[in-house]
Amino acid sequence: MPVGSSSWSFTEDDFGAITGTLQRFLHDSNARCALLVDRSGQLVATVGEQPRFDPTAFSTLAAADFSANDQLAKLIGETDFNSLFHQGEKESMYLADVARRVILVVLFDNRTTLGLVRLKMKQTVDELTRLFEQVFARPTHAQGGSPGLLAGADDEIDKLFQ
Amino acid sequence: MSMINYASREINCKIVYYGSGLGGKTSNLEHIYGKVQPDTRGKLISLATETERTLFFDFLPVDLGTIRGFKTRFHLYTVPGQVYYNASRKLILKGVDGIVFVADSQVERMEANQEAMQNLYDNMAEYGYDLTKMPFVIQYNKRDLPNAASIRDLQAALNPGWEVTEPSRQRLAPDPAHAGENLVEQVSTGEWVEHAPYFEAVAVTGDGVFETLRAVSKLVLKSLA
Repeated sequence: MPVGSSSWSFTEDDFGAITGTLQRFLHDSNARCALLVDRSGQLVATVGEQPRFDPTAFSTLAAADFSANDQLAKLIGETDFNSLFHQGEKESMYLADVARRVILVVLFDNRTTLGLVRLKMKQTVDELTRLFEQVFARPTHAQGGSPGLLAGADDEIDKLFQ
Repeated sequence: MSMINYASREINCKIVYYGSGLGGKTSNLEHIYGKVQPDTRGKLISLATETERTLFFDFLPVDLGTIRGFKTRFHLYTVPGQVYYNASRKLILKGVDGIVFVADSQVERMEANQEAMQNLYDNMAEYGYDLTKMPFVIQYNKRDLPNAASIRDLQAALNPGWEVTEPSRQRLAPDPAHAGENLVEQVSTGEWVEHAPYFEAVAVTGDGVFETLRAVSKLVLKSLA
């Protein structure tokens, strides 16, 4: 296992809890869609209206946006910006940090207001932070937990690249 | 930072192509984009300047197949090569699972290659990653040019090897890609050293591009095993 690499995995139960929290949030805030993206740019979950854009590309750009803003924050003497808001004519998006590892991205239009989204988001971020802290606290196989998913799969990996 | 999603049955990994400016990192991704089946890849995203120099990164997601019922998705990134863009270059390394260093073989780019390699070590160290302990391959690009340096010189300058201290790993490991060469070997001073696997390429025509990608992704998957 490479040093410094902190792989993580989540189960169907985690996924159920995460999407449940996000569905409640969408209902309460009247936002259209919520995406969870990990800091390295991978999409974790999408809830609400299915996006019409490419969600993989979107996740990469959202993570890059957040990382770039983190560095801007440091330059002006802040530790980070824990949320970002991008306003469009019809569509807007709000991004918030969850447990320093994941970004919650919410898309909304003029059926709701920034104030309501922001208000409901705070509670959701707290809930998600608790959920993700449990996920990250679980030992991975590298730390002596259960064996890795690909343990003993060397032959299969070789075959994939023949 | 690979992510295993049991709900969608996917393994997601991040591979970064690193190297000096105009070395061919973007050309690698463009060739892969053009050659893989459209249903196994996503969009190629480029954040570039008007003159097509990478400003922030290029990004291409590709599926390489299924293992144990899990789809293996690789997210390929390039970094901006120019020295000026170090802040954004460093950001791309966050959560990386495997690195391809793309070296420009031209003799006159040797110094730029060495600077970029040093910069890679420095940026990785700042994240607490140890490059010598993770999936890492080197690609010597532009092998078709008349002013390309010899592989021997490039290896000596960019891939001299790092010391292997664990006794269990101090044994000869032949390089499967190059007959008569070794990835782990004992040098004349008695020390054991390990070299990163290397590949020769002409990225604009696609020579060596998939060999490089296959090698690094295999190392990444094996690091999860």
